Amino acid sequence: MAEIEVKGGKKHAPRIDLTPMVDLGFLLITFFMLTTTMSKPKAMEIQMPFKDPNMKDEDKNKVKKDEALTVLLSKDHRIYYYNGIGDDPTNPPQVEVTYFKDKDGIRDVLINKKKTVQSLISQGVLNAQDKAIVLIKPDSTSTTEDLINILDEMTINAIPVYAVVDITPVDQDFIKATEAANPQ
Amino acid sequence: MPKIKLPRKSTHIDMTAMCDVAFLLLTFFMLATKFKPEEPVQITQPASTSTKIIPEGFMLITLDKNGRVFFDVDKKDQKQELIEKINADKNLGLTDPEVKSFVNGAGVGVPFSQLKQYLALSPAQQAQFDKTAKGIPTDTTASYETNELAYWLASARFFVKSKDKDGNDVQGRIAIKADGAAKYPEINKVIGTLGHLGIFKFSFSTNLKGIPPGTALAESNSKNKAE
Repeated sequence: MAEIEVKGGKKHAPRIDLTPMVDLGFLLITFFMLTTTMSKPKAMEIQMPFKDPNMKDEDKNKVKKDEALTVLLSKDHRIYYYNGIGDDPTNPPQVEVTYFKDKDGIRDVLINKKKTVQSLISQGVLNAQDKAIVLIKPDSTSTTEDLINILDEMTINAIPVYAVVDITPVDQDFIKATEAANPQ
Repeated sequence: MPKIKLPRKSTHIDMTAMCDVAFLLLTFFMLATKFKPEEPVQITQPASTSTKIIPEGFMLITLDKNGRVFFDVDKKDQKQELIEKINADKNLGLTDPEVKSFVNGAGVGVPFSQLKQYLALSPAQQAQFDKTAKGIPTDTTASYETNELAYWLASARFFVKSKDKDGNDVQGRIAIKADGAAKYPEINKVIGTLGHLGIFKFSFSTNLKGIPPGTALAESNSKNKAE
């Protein structure tokens, strides 16, 4: 019987080139990383004001003029704002325009409002328990993004009391008048 | 000068370790993640600074930029209970495959009158249909006849439960996933519907945005961390 003799020098351990396998591994990792989601959706919690149909008109006007800031959201992410609740037709408020910006935008307006309320409290014009109140009135041309942005600004600036309410015809006139006064 | 003889080294690198790492990572990602839930419509949601996470077991109202409303429940067993209840209440006459199609689907955006017809379609056809679907009829009234979203929500509230941190069943949350470009009257319909049902606490699903430095929120957060 013939014996098979292995000839040759040193014996090499069988080597497999693993490069393609590594390539495939990383390709799959990339695929899974891109197609899957690690985190659950982030949420922003909203507490809407309770609309009581039996609420009387005089209760609605409990908000004091000095502590309130009315914010009107309008088209092109524009924000109109004025101090007070704009309920005195003989003395229309000074309506101003701003945008969502990090500097000189609505954020500074809100910070200033808080400061004003604080100084009015120290002067004794307002009671110590009074807080800055922001009324948000989005008009029909504003978008959901505006609403979420303004609600987020409330959180960012720690505004204690705010409410989203329906826009009134008076407020719509304010927007029109301001637009007419500042043609852009 | 004597020459230094450098030993010749093979340029082969042992790939075994790298391969091990690659597959370890692969296994991790396969097990630790789940596929992105399918969405009936493409939504570009706005960003907020909130870092809260919606606990599992919620109702999802999707509002696309044209104001179409879609409704979904994230947990499949709760979805099953919901569709069986609605099937019985509304006499939709859904067959078992149609019920299954609802449970495995990614939310519906059709009126009840078209629901059976919609669920009979294949998933691919449903995706195609969603592009032109009308959405769930919604208005600012509390009438279940015209405001079908109110009907969905009122029915789903019985079944959608999530667990609190002690493991007790609590009422499932309502998440609104709204496109940033949706007009305010559209989102107001949804919020108004929730208001009619006495739901004043709900969540907006948002992307994450950094907290601007120097603001009150940034300060209170850093104070919390310090404590």
